[in-house]
Amino acid sequence: MYYDEPQGIAANAVRYVRRRISERLTARLEDRDPDYLREALPLLWLLSTFYFRAEVRDLGNVPADRPVLLVGNHSGGNVIVDTFIFSLAFSTYFGVERPFHQLAHNLAIAWPFAGGMLRKSGTMSASHEHAEQALEAGAPVLVYPGGDWETHRPSWEGDKIDFAGRKGFIRLALDAGVPIVPVVSIGGQETALFLSRGAGLAKALRLDKLLRLKVLPVSLALPWGLNVGDFAGHIPLPAKITIEVLPPIDLEREFGPDPDPDEVYDHITALMQETLDGLAAERRFPVIG
Amino acid sequence: MRINESTLVAAPPETVWSYLADPENYLHFMSGITHWEVVGAKPNGLGARYRILVRVGAAEVGGLVEMVEWSEPFDIAWHSVTGVDHRGRWRIRERGEGRSRIEFRLAYGFVGGGIAGLLTELAASFTVRRQMRRTLRQLKRQVEHEQRRLEAELRRASRGVPRA
Repeated sequence: MYYDEPQGIAANAVRYVRRRISERLTARLEDRDPDYLREALPLLWLLSTFYFRAEVRDLGNVPADRPVLLVGNHSGGNVIVDTFIFSLAFSTYFGVERPFHQLAHNLAIAWPFAGGMLRKSGTMSASHEHAEQALEAGAPVLVYPGGDWETHRPSWEGDKIDFAGRKGFIRLALDAGVPIVPVVSIGGQETALFLSRGAGLAKALRLDKLLRLKVLPVSLALPWGLNVGDFAGHIPLPAKITIEVLPPIDLEREFGPDPDPDEVYDHITALMQETLDGLAAERRFPVIG
Repeated sequence: MRINESTLVAAPPETVWSYLADPENYLHFMSGITHWEVVGAKPNGLGARYRILVRVGAAEVGGLVEMVEWSEPFDIAWHSVTGVDHRGRWRIRERGEGRSRIEFRLAYGFVGGGIAGLLTELAASFTVRRQMRRTLRQLKRQVEHEQRRLEAELRRASRGVPRA
């Protein structure tokens, strides 16, 4: 212990909490527990089948024998049901034995109970290094470039891809030499009535500096009614979730040896938007699908 | 959960066996199947492995299975190696007058799934049973068609007509 560190119960408690959070944010690939996943599948299947009437299409587009970067549109606020549904579908299709990792916001990973479950299911805190580590180990990695910006978009923008210009995933795929597989989902934004991202409020409260939060979303959600921040999550409405997996995109083959990130970004978001438009056209009613 | 369905077909066990022993036929009669692939060099027989996926509810379930019994022309049994824990069996028995009884048995479970596991076993059983019945109906149609084709071939041969 350093001699100049503050002593006392409060200081020790702060150090303890800081150390625990830091431990939780440290990604270890081996934290993923296939047996835990296998035992969680029945509950996920029940919820996905009967509550969300979920449909996951074309999982065969994910190469079975090499790592890939799965790029999804993010929906559902902090209760990202489409991620759980995709994890179920991936685990039953390829088997829980195949490593599979997702990246999530630090706050989700650091959460005392849910964070532990997420880590066992292969979720790591969102960072370029963690994703690279998993890809190098040969695992497919699911990222949501739109992050908190996209997942808290208003419900009436549920059929829009909005990555907020974030292109880090392209560099990640190029550095790791892996193809990108777009994953498009619809229905998540109907699990609550999302009213506003609250971006101005988040800035005014300096949440972007303190917690890496660019939004302070406002929604009408169960069981809270008016829900500001969605920090404790919410009970999602039984919206029908449909997910479509697109064919892999080999960046160097399609865009040459030194791809232009702007061109790749436009191509991928346009492709995903086109698919999302198709999925939106299939829906007749909100929530019911 | 253990599900058992059966059907009577107008064909001897040998015809049923030769149809069931060929892995290429499964995509033609298995209901709900989305993937059937031979894994490894052995296409059938004891120790042959297949990767099978069947759509049940929101997921395609299955995994790698291995043939653990191969008693011509009566029994084919398999166990899961990866994926959902299950075991299955084709049981073919002669019923006289050129007929056979085909029994399709499937047992599966979610060890460690708790109450959700039990509920899932029960909820999935309705879909699985429906798919097994449809599978047997399709298998009966295919096998009886195959038997009629074989009989026609024999009749042609007895009349001295060259094989088609």
